[in-house]
Amino acid sequence: MDFVATIGRTFLGFLAHVGRLSAFTGTAVSHVVRPPFYPRLLLRSMVEIGYYSLPVVGLTAVFTGMVLALQSYSGFSRFAAEGAVATVVVLSVTRELAPVLAGLMVAGRIGASMAAEIGTMRVTEQIDALTTLSTNPFKYLVAPRLLAGLLMVPFLVLVADIIGVFGGYIVGIYKLGFNPATYLARTWEFLEPLDVISGLTKAAVFGFLISLMGCYHGYYSKGGAQGVGAATTNSVVSAAIMILICNYIITALYFGK
Amino acid sequence: MSAHPMIDIKNVHKSFGPKVVLDGVDLSIARGESVVVIGGSGTGKSVLLKSILGILRPEKGSIKVDGEEVIGMRAKDRDRMMLKFGMLFQGAALFDSLKVWENVAFGLIQGRGMDRVGARAVAIEKLAQVGLAESTGELFPAELSGGMQKRVALARAIAASPDIIFFDEPTTGLDPIMADVINDLIVKCTKELGATALSITHDMASARKIADRIAMLYKGRLIWVGPAKDIDHSGNEFVDQFIHGRAEGPIKMELRA
Repeated sequence: MDFVATIGRTFLGFLAHVGRLSAFTGTAVSHVVRPPFYPRLLLRSMVEIGYYSLPVVGLTAVFTGMVLALQSYSGFSRFAAEGAVATVVVLSVTRELAPVLAGLMVAGRIGASMAAEIGTMRVTEQIDALTTLSTNPFKYLVAPRLLAGLLMVPFLVLVADIIGVFGGYIVGIYKLGFNPATYLARTWEFLEPLDVISGLTKAAVFGFLISLMGCYHGYYSKGGAQGVGAATTNSVVSAAIMILICNYIITALYFGK
Repeated sequence: MSAHPMIDIKNVHKSFGPKVVLDGVDLSIARGESVVVIGGSGTGKSVLLKSILGILRPEKGSIKVDGEEVIGMRAKDRDRMMLKFGMLFQGAALFDSLKVWENVAFGLIQGRGMDRVGARAVAIEKLAQVGLAESTGELFPAELSGGMQKRVALARAIAASPDIIFFDEPTTGLDPIMADVINDLIVKCTKELGATALSITHDMASARKIADRIAMLYKGRLIWVGPAKDIDHSGNEFVDQFIHGRAEGPIKMELRA
């Protein structure tokens, strides 16, 4: 009976968690669209997410593009399809690798920092202090971060698209000996707007999810330093899982005829 | 003189799961009066304050502030109600990312829409009232000692000249001299504002100094309420044990081996 009770408790706990997350998301989104707005805080979050994540996202993108060129060349050369390297690089980067890898890197960098910051504010009563100072914590803490995530991760992915393709180009030209003009022509030849748009749609969803998980876990953290640590871990893990699941769903919606 | 009390608490119950924290609390605080609630750790003092502020919602009872029922109040009305309140948190709860003056001016800028220049002038004036120099305003909270942080928190609590001020363990973690300085400042600031004050503490020196009336909370109920001068002759053995800090008596500590 204990075993059944444990399953029941776990399931009920899961449902409570889903309910709380849904209520949190609804409240947060409603505050994104209703005044008062905090443009200074939005700008600060946008700089934090968009500008300060550029190095890590750029590095990830350039090496991904380079590895992709090397791998696809060595694989495709087995059936004399080396000419497809440029196309494979650009499609893989724009459709999949830039949004997913940038999303995961930003989840590690930004989601964790949001959860730690808001979690510390929770356990040191700073969130209660906001309430007593007639400031809604959702409006002040959550809404700017959600909006900044939604806007800035697509920007990061656009940059990652360019840098990733550039990485492939560098390896293609200087290591694999492609002709630069031919490589670029092959890059453009099969690239369609939908390839980039689907990647940016994913990025916007991922950005929203990363901020949502960071804020949600931070907001409900408890129990001092240990609680904040757990919130940080949970925010990164849950954001990463949601990114991977949503990546499949969005891909299926765009390309899964 | 208004007919109704500033804060009127009737039969308030609050539980967390099976744990009953407030079990029918009744307390009435007149306009301009200073009431201190004493009681051991974990007796529900903070829960009482947070219930009045609307941060926690009691299951049963009535809490009226200036004649208005606050339990079940809509968020918008609550934000308006909060303009009457100032609160000094136990750990100061200063916002780490803001300078000291911005902390003090926070309620004026965010809650009341005052311009930053005007709010800064008020913040500097309030800092002076608690004995801090203008230059302190440019520091960040992490650069201050515990006593200075408490003073800043006090300046923030009185910045918007509230009608009601709550003090949550104002002297906890301070040396006896700094604790007395804070007590003096609390008395001075509330008198100057003519504010109604509700404090919770287990520091008897503090309670004696700042209270007009003292109430003792034990097992979720107020077991004694009376003028501060009568505390030594309460005739209540629970109160006697508490104010003399005796291990032996009717209050048993729940110790686990």
